[in-house]
Amino acid sequence: MGFEGIGASVRRKEDRRFLRGQGNYTDDINRPGQTYAYIRRADRPHARILRIDTAAAAASAGVLAVFTGADIAADQLGGIPCGWQIHNKDGSPMAEPMHPVIATGKVRHVGDPVAVVVAESRQHAKDAAEKLVIDYEDLPAVATMRDAIAPGAPLVHDDAPGNQCYDWHIGDREATEAAFARAAHVVKLDLLNNRLIPNAMEPRAAIGEFDSNSGDYTLYTTSQNPHVIRLLMGAFVLHIPENKLRVVAPDVGGGFGSKIYHYAEEAIVTWAAGKLMRPVKWTAERSESFMSDAHGRDHDSTAEMALDADGKFLALRVRTLCNMGAYLSTFAPCVPTYLYATLLAGVYATPAIYAEVRAVFTNTVPVDAYRGAGRPEASYLLERLVDVIAADTGIDRIKLRRMNFIPADAFPYQTPVALQYDSGDYVATLEAALKQADFAGFPARRAAAKAAGKLRGIGISTYLEACGIAPSAVVGSLGARAGLYEVANIRVHPTGSVTVFTGTHSHGQGHETTLAQLVCSQLGVPMEQIEVVHGDTAKIPFGMGTYGSRSLAVGGSAMVKAMDKIIAKGRKIAAHLMEASVEDVTFEDGAFKVAGTDKSKTLTDVSLAAYVPHNYPIEELEPGLEETAFYDPKNFTYPGGCHICEVEIDPDTGVTRVVNFTAVDDVGRVINPMIVEGQVQGGVAQGIGQALLENAVYDASGQLLSGSMMDYTMPRADNLPNITVGTESTLCTHNPLGVKGCGEVGAIGSPPAVINAVVDALSEFGVRHLDMPASPQKIWSIIEAARGRMAAE
Amino acid sequence: MPQVSLTVNGKQHSVEVEGRTLLVELLREKLALTGTHVGCDTSQCGACVVHVNGMAVKSCTMLAMQAEGAKVTTIEGLAAADGTLHPMQEMFREHHALQCGFCTPGMVMTAIDLIQSHPQGITEEQIRDGLEGNLCRCTGYHNIVKAIAAAWPLMHGKTAQAAE
Repeated sequence: MGFEGIGASVRRKEDRRFLRGQGNYTDDINRPGQTYAYIRRADRPHARILRIDTAAAAASAGVLAVFTGADIAADQLGGIPCGWQIHNKDGSPMAEPMHPVIATGKVRHVGDPVAVVVAESRQHAKDAAEKLVIDYEDLPAVATMRDAIAPGAPLVHDDAPGNQCYDWHIGDREATEAAFARAAHVVKLDLLNNRLIPNAMEPRAAIGEFDSNSGDYTLYTTSQNPHVIRLLMGAFVLHIPENKLRVVAPDVGGGFGSKIYHYAEEAIVTWAAGKLMRPVKWTAERSESFMSDAHGRDHDSTAEMALDADGKFLALRVRTLCNMGAYLSTFAPCVPTYLYATLLAGVYATPAIYAEVRAVFTNTVPVDAYRGAGRPEASYLLERLVDVIAADTGIDRIKLRRMNFIPADAFPYQTPVALQYDSGDYVATLEAALKQADFAGFPARRAAAKAAGKLRGIGISTYLEACGIAPSAVVGSLGARAGLYEVANIRVHPTGSVTVFTGTHSHGQGHETTLAQLVCSQLGVPMEQIEVVHGDTAKIPFGMGTYGSRSLAVGGSAMVKAMDKIIAKGRKIAAHLMEASVEDVTFEDGAFKVAGTDKSKTLTDVSLAAYVPHNYPIEELEPGLEETAFYDPKNFTYPGGCHICEVEIDPDTGVTRVVNFTAVDDVGRVINPMIVEGQVQGGVAQGIGQALLENAVYDASGQLLSGSMMDYTMPRADNLPNITVGTESTLCTHNPLGVKGCGEVGAIGSPPAVINAVVDALSEFGVRHLDMPASPQKIWSIIEAARGRMAAE
Repeated sequence: MPQVSLTVNGKQHSVEVEGRTLLVELLREKLALTGTHVGCDTSQCGACVVHVNGMAVKSCTMLAMQAEGAKVTTIEGLAAADGTLHPMQEMFREHHALQCGFCTPGMVMTAIDLIQSHPQGITEEQIRDGLEGNLCRCTGYHNIVKAIAAAWPLMHGKTAQAAE
């Protein structure tokens, strides 16, 4: 067995079960006596529910119950809670309308649950749901943010005047205005960040179960954070005390943020299981996923940069309109504020920044965090703006970036928008990427493409993110209704094998491997003797789950702390066994040694003594070798880097092909390079998807047009290039591992690199900007229009 | 209810199904072979690909009754009895071609058919084209393409150079 600790590309422990079809996803679980729920959803965006006739459905074969909003109300269930409260500019709290588990009174988006049929089989439930008769009175809908803020617009919620959720700001307005007043140049850009549908490959599913003997409820669910679901659903919706509610998130087939939130279906199956005294299972069909999973992005922004005569950034002013959808999803309000506007300094030493963010309700699916969450929107805005500044002022885009970078010796660096960056070296990642991408050789490649009738462009983005979410006191002061520490319990068994119980959750990230590598390195235990347990509130301590690239930075740090405690206790046991003083006992390479002697005890000697304490300092020390540690981070972590994209456009069809993609990221210390590379590649694929292919489209009436995988363009193997990944690391200074996080960098850095490349390729047609996705139709139209203009001139 | 008889992973089964029951429903719900997944409802994602008489088929596009008399292989039927992985499974593991694992069974079944149907060798472009019916949201396909290319010589009993 070769080296398997920190830094080794260890092959994943979890793969063996996934590759043999032995994964245990929620829909693979079947409970004895299980029934099936089917949800009848609103087929219209905004309507009053006049009448629901359930008689025919209830009489249909195999049906056990039909539930509507009236049943939810009769049982006094709470609404789906929101986990974050933003305050308006004037200090008043955001509008926070009720989000009923099943629609009551009105439906507010296509996909809103209207009735639930529970039956002996999925087919019975679905057949019966067709027999529900629902009378609606259609209401005018607001499909877009611009519709929502128009004077006299129909209201999504009567208690949210003007459809406004909040009107928030950050930064120094006066300093920013003053800088604009003295600027030599001002460059302005309007841009949209297109709405996306996450589409994890596993559709959401949930099974509720009730044990009438014990009064215990169990929920199996496709979640990134089972304890958060237990807290939100138990305390706010179903009023089940935590000791009576177990939430299990087994193998989960991708999340990307969309499986963070507490969804109505989880409450429905748990509540229904209690009423029917039988397990109730619900599995989304993909078309339901499209209209019920939280969507992502959807910003409409104006950005302006004030510059001095040399091109130094003086101040940035941003106005953003962001979409909350019809209801507030769990994290929604914080995404366009504290995960977006706080990142608007990016990698640049812009002295003054002022951002205003206005969030609005529309008759669309709720919008929440999707891979990167707020940070892709910030980096897209900045990195597009910087390229436009370069084009407008004639300053080379690389030179412009370099002259405005926060220098490597300026850390810790306090930005004008709250964050304090701990470390980074933006020149290093830029230079590594330029070299890796053979930037210098681009003109020759462009000329060759031109000779072949193709338009070739190259685009750069130098981005930053803040992750490792998050210091609890900081986020608490910003409106979070939860702490964002993490927890680990490390159990050294009598014979020296180890089980890790982590509050983080793996749904593709490979924690069972990476977290085991931490143990392998710190305690010297071989990989095959380490087990990582996650995803079951009955087994793991209360942790906050996985999102915001937090699992290693926060969860891994908790593990390090717990293992420090194991070693500290182990030294005392070893000192007793070797009749030495504790001060003389060291721990290295899995063994306790007495300094200056050849005396040594293995971790197994010590663990055995701890559990069979015959020869043991029992007066001073408890038996056993198991420790729990909670870790609350001191700061966010700040990965960043440089992405370079090279595209080739066929001017006759408008089709863009990404021919090269290079990512050089600073993710801090790398535990498993193979997994880091895979995470970056996956993130880049989603970023290329956003830039070129994906778009959630509603028509003017509020119908979701891109409501299936036939209509929403998911990136396929033949749409994507090979993705070259490099790392150029500085260490995080405030967590014990020096790790920063790698789950989101790909999706944050790549969209502006792609669009910058597309704009570069189209530069000869006078294109200054185009909004994502850069679809063939959009590009073809631009080229055709420009050719028309040129011909006319 | 009608009866369908078929062989799945070498085992003979005779199962009662509804006329509308899909092959994937038969596999997952009647035979408890939950390795075959359902990721969409429009035959786009390929998570449900199995082999029917040796050919890759999306098992959500086929009625269970159409499989009468067929030999079906699912992801559970690939590894040898002693647990030795199929070369494609081994290459997926070696090249980190899976993350959440949900698309993996369908991806592996498609990949095996792809390699079997290219005995003369296969290019990266052919692999990417061949994966057109399988969606993965985690990997960006980069490592899947690598794994499939690496499996070609193993499956065709050639040296590594032959694939290049």
